[in-house]
Amino acid sequence: MILAWLILILLTGGLAAWFLGSKHGDWSRWISLASLVLDLLLLLHLWPGPSAEAALGRSMWIVEYNQPWIPQLGISLHLGVDGLSLLLVALTVFLGIISVICSWNEIYENVGFFHFNLLWILAGILGVFMALDLFLFYFFWELMLIPMYFLISIWGHENRIYASLKFFIFTQAGGLFMLLSILGLYFIHGSNTGSYTFDYTQLLGTPLSPTLAMLLMLGFLIAFVVKLPAVPFHPWLPDAHTEAPTAGSVILAGLLLKTGAYGLLRFVQPLFPGAASSIAPIIMVIAVISIIYGAMLAFGQTDLKRLVAYTSVSHMGFVLLGIFAGNLTALSGAVIQMLAHGVSTGALFITVGMIQERIHTRGLDGMGGFWATVPRLSGVGLVFALASLGLPGFGNFVAEFLVLLGSYRVSFAITVLAATGLVLSAIYSLWVVQRVFHGEKQEGMQMPDLSTRETGMMAVLIIVILWIGLYPQPFLNLSGQALNNIARGNSSTQTPVRGGVQ
Amino acid sequence: MSVSDLSALLPLIVIATTVIVVMFEIAFFRDHKLTAVLTLAGLAFAGASLAVVFPMMPRRITPLLILDHYGLFYTGLILVASFAVAALSYSYLEIHEGHREEFYVLLLLATLGCIVLAGSMHFASLFLGVEILSVSLYALVAYLRHSDRSIEAGVKYLILAALSSAFILFGMALVYAEIGSMDFTQIAARAASPGACGMPFTAGLAMIIVGLGFKLAVVPFHLWTPDVYEGAPAPVTAFVSTVSKGAVFAVVLRYFRMVGGPISGPIFVIFTIIAIASMFTGNLLALFQSNVKRVLAYSSISHLGYLLVTLLASGTMAATASAFYLSAYFITSLGAFGVVTVLSETDRDADSVDYYRGLAWRRPWLAGVFTAMLLSLAGIPLTAGFVGKFYVAAAGVGSGLWLLVIILTVNSALGLYYYLRIIVPMYTSEEEEMTATPKLSLSGSAVLAGLTILLVWLGVYPVPLIQIIHKLVQGLT
Repeated sequence: MILAWLILILLTGGLAAWFLGSKHGDWSRWISLASLVLDLLLLLHLWPGPSAEAALGRSMWIVEYNQPWIPQLGISLHLGVDGLSLLLVALTVFLGIISVICSWNEIYENVGFFHFNLLWILAGILGVFMALDLFLFYFFWELMLIPMYFLISIWGHENRIYASLKFFIFTQAGGLFMLLSILGLYFIHGSNTGSYTFDYTQLLGTPLSPTLAMLLMLGFLIAFVVKLPAVPFHPWLPDAHTEAPTAGSVILAGLLLKTGAYGLLRFVQPLFPGAASSIAPIIMVIAVISIIYGAMLAFGQTDLKRLVAYTSVSHMGFVLLGIFAGNLTALSGAVIQMLAHGVSTGALFITVGMIQERIHTRGLDGMGGFWATVPRLSGVGLVFALASLGLPGFGNFVAEFLVLLGSYRVSFAITVLAATGLVLSAIYSLWVVQRVFHGEKQEGMQMPDLSTRETGMMAVLIIVILWIGLYPQPFLNLSGQALNNIARGNSSTQTPVRGGVQ
Repeated sequence: MSVSDLSALLPLIVIATTVIVVMFEIAFFRDHKLTAVLTLAGLAFAGASLAVVFPMMPRRITPLLILDHYGLFYTGLILVASFAVAALSYSYLEIHEGHREEFYVLLLLATLGCIVLAGSMHFASLFLGVEILSVSLYALVAYLRHSDRSIEAGVKYLILAALSSAFILFGMALVYAEIGSMDFTQIAARAASPGACGMPFTAGLAMIIVGLGFKLAVVPFHLWTPDVYEGAPAPVTAFVSTVSKGAVFAVVLRYFRMVGGPISGPIFVIFTIIAIASMFTGNLLALFQSNVKRVLAYSSISHLGYLLVTLLASGTMAATASAFYLSAYFITSLGAFGVVTVLSETDRDADSVDYYRGLAWRRPWLAGVFTAMLLSLAGIPLTAGFVGKFYVAAAGVGSGLWLLVIILTVNSALGLYYYLRIIVPMYTSEEEEMTATPKLSLSGSAVLAGLTILLVWLGVYPVPLIQIIHKLVQGLT
């Protein structure tokens, strides 16, 4: 029930923020913050202690909630978290709090409705990370889209309508393919066993012929790689990230992209192990292309926010590579990368947002020599630029190192190519630092440095990214069990044994 | 016909009596409020009488009509929808000039025709229902006599509806020539025996499909829809898009389920083509519209296309899906046109997107209702439309209609675009002066509130409705 509460608190908090906030904007800010903090407390309560971590080995889920919803169709409200979900749920609540705080002084129009959308997106994302019923998963998957669409199209920047539509149509089209696959799986399982159900745990291990498994897997895969995004499916990302308000960009980059990666881990790999491993080489090539392509395009941008957006494509390429390399090392790297990228890119978007709030442009041409004027802001920017390039000590380093280590065992050539992505990211990160924070100071540049609110927020983000970088073991322990299951599933299908026939 | 037969016809009798009472009332004390109250009371009584006839099921009343779970469900749906339309009409007519009271007589008659259709088991009653419905609609569509567009819409509807009736009649004649009966069950029995029906039978059936297809406004019989939707008074548009289509769909569903389970052969091909064409045409043409009523017209064309998927699919799942989808569609369409109705002004219906610009800041509740309705049409979670669309897709996949389901999903993505194009302007902030916002009528707000609650309820917890539907479709297929 505690899992359902996590979602319900945000949903009701959103409604309250909307209705009470229509008169006083500050109310809705405080209500949103309060509901997220409440969620955080619930999560801490849920967090398994060292003793519980050992018990993780026995049961698949740390907490589970299962209630029939539409029994006629075999749909239930089945929520559950294992270590992997729990980490992502925690990331969601954490970045949720950050995004409420970072838009404290940015949003003045229709504050109530803004926070309503913000909380409902977060609720949808929480649902996606916890749903163990495929109908419920699709329900939340769709639910998070509409408020995100509103967030971009109402509070976004100049080109927001175009960007929001592009975002919507890409993700919606992907989602519909997934719906087809879900229904296909439902009926195949139902006609085989006689029990028609959308329950994830029951659908696991449904025997499928290789072609059928491949088709159904592709439906899921398309939805997830669009969200991730991998290269041919990425065009929505730069526009959406650039045009969204800061909080929107933080949520998009920090959380929404992760839902794609999570889907791959939770559904594509366990439900269709055979099909997933047979398509893995192609996906790994796509991942490498994403890494290099994203980095090169980032270097070519003149809009700072767009630049950060392209680095996301590059970084999420590592996640994709790790997931499809399939062994435990690479999977752990992918999960750490999801967390580290969420924090570091979120922080970079906030930094860009703070710069834009001050000088009203995102163009690199209008920037330079910030260090003298705003030392604190520049320091923060430097830290996250370095985190993003994968400097040892930051989470991204651990993540990329593990991914490369894992993929090395699968393919030498791909690993070498992926590693060049690290060089490229060093180039663009240092180039940005040079352009923005050092370099020529612009004539008559005047702007305030970070306020207490902003300093505090950034300090927390820095602490977290350092924590992931210096002591990643708790995260690895927590996600280990879930990843082990996936890795075991993969290794048993390296030679098609479990492909099965219908 | 025995007394118990008569009492089984109670819903029809109540409506017919109400028509006569209202007519007398108008002749003696022309009073708008009284007329509206009488109409609503009549519809409510008819609804209550469903409980009286419930124990008498199933029962064949004369060869023409049948009283069964299935017909009763659609009768209930029709009555509820008519009630909502009547309540919405009150405030709408208040601000328009001319005689207001006859509107209710026509509305009741149209409802009567629809109920006949829902219980129809015979070509004669089918035709009777269609004609009672159509003739009332001719007048209703053209009810605002001072508006050119209303008159134009009325004439268009008159000509095409008359043509479609001719098609239906000719089709019936052909089927009769081949089978020698106009009774659904006998047609079904004969048609089931192999080699029994030749070319005239199929041709007759095809002509009936053409005629009924016009009523359903499926492609290629949809050409009247946008103009009539745009020109007709908003409550009438709500009626045309829900009650009238729902009743005709009910009879089509009954007929084809009876004529031999899953549809096959040329009829299957015809319906598949119609469904695909309706989905694509409706959605693609809606993309180019800027008039809200026209957008909703095209969207209703595509929704009927989705609904046809359930007709083509087989099994209980399909029958449940059609009933559920139709209920969701009723609620949603009534709600959407309801918003258009309550926002309408004396000289013009609120059909331009500009009316809705910044609506969320002027009238947050109304904007919320309209958003919910449009999102439901688009099939977004938490609304009845989502569950409905999911059901339709599931029924399609369950019967192996992959092509149709893929087209349906592609079209859902297309459809979203134009719904969002109406929704987003509602939330853009406008600094310009607030246009005078007259107070909403009580009846209008009550109807909209009720519909919204139903919409969310069915979206979140559809189990009760599914249970009801499950029970009633057991008689079918």
